Amino acid sequence: MIFYMASAFLIAIGLYALMAKKNLIKMILGITFLDSGVNLLLISLGYINGGTAPILLNGVKPGEVVDPLPQALVLTNIVIGVSVTALALSVVIRVYKHYKTLNSDKVRDMKW
Amino acid sequence: MIKKSISFILIAIVFLALFLTLANDVPFGANRTVVSAKYIYDGVQDTGAANLVTAIVVNYRGFDTLGEVTVLFVAATGIGAVLYNMGNPVRKKREKTEASLIVKTGSKVLFPIMLIFGAYVFIHGHLTPGGGFQGGAIIATAFLFRYVSDTRYSIDHKKFTATESVVGMTFAMVGILGLLLTGYFLYNFLPNGSPGELLSAGIIPIIYIAIGIKVGAELTGIVDNMMGVEQ
Repeated sequence: MIFYMASAFLIAIGLYALMAKKNLIKMILGITFLDSGVNLLLISLGYINGGTAPILLNGVKPGEVVDPLPQALVLTNIVIGVSVTALALSVVIRVYKHYKTLNSDKVRDMKW
Repeated sequence: MIKKSISFILIAIVFLALFLTLANDVPFGANRTVVSAKYIYDGVQDTGAANLVTAIVVNYRGFDTLGEVTVLFVAATGIGAVLYNMGNPVRKKREKTEASLIVKTGSKVLFPIMLIFGAYVFIHGHLTPGGGFQGGAIIATAFLFRYVSDTRYSIDHKKFTATESVVGMTFAMVGILGLLLTGYFLYNFLPNGSPGELLSAGIIPIIYIAIGIKVGAELTGIVDNMMGVEQ
């Protein structure tokens, strides 16, 4: 239950940062918060009571492991998240070089 | 100010809706395996990999992983394109102050150990927690250490690009070999071996070693591109 609460909280913080913050770096931080929240939500949906890591070694039986499918999907999601964050940061470096500011209101054509 | 309060109220509604739905309708820790029951019960016989997450990522959904590697490659290329021509052509010091002696020496001592640990993580991807992406990230962290501690350090771009291309082609060639030998792209054409040994799980170790080296080289390239920007 606390995992659901934490993931909903992380998603809310990420959305708030995206909506209310002006600083571009903080907006990217919001995207990563959103990312972590969704990852935590998927992982906790795959948890099974009393389950252990899905590695069938040392006498672990198939009936006593957690769901491996969300973990595989989250592995993909983490890699995509890293790519998105890195690309967004490099665009922000360009924007800062050009406009000498990180405030999205002062950057032309970037108001909401 | 009014914008902030409106967004705060909206976010609070989203949070409450999400949390209450989850808390009421989705019991935590319940067994809801439908698709993955097949993976859990037949995975070891099918693929020979003891780590079921690796079995799913590389064997059952290997095509997905090929796309994932492509996304990372496109992102690295895009970062190179966006940051093109922003660095100093004659590489001189990036920072004005040098790192302290402890940081410099410590990073040099840790560098080979981190490389070995990264290689361990991706070579044992089918047996222990970990795999190509995690091992590649550890290797890139080792290079990041060198960048942070040594203001003049820089990788050889040509060698990194060549390595990346070779291992990327290895991944694709393994898939095409499967297509030629069995009729299915990325099909496991090697014997499974006995699960739990290092040389088991058919093509999974080959693909994960290729992914590990490729991810390490790509993330190091991203680090190099971002560190090379003139301040």
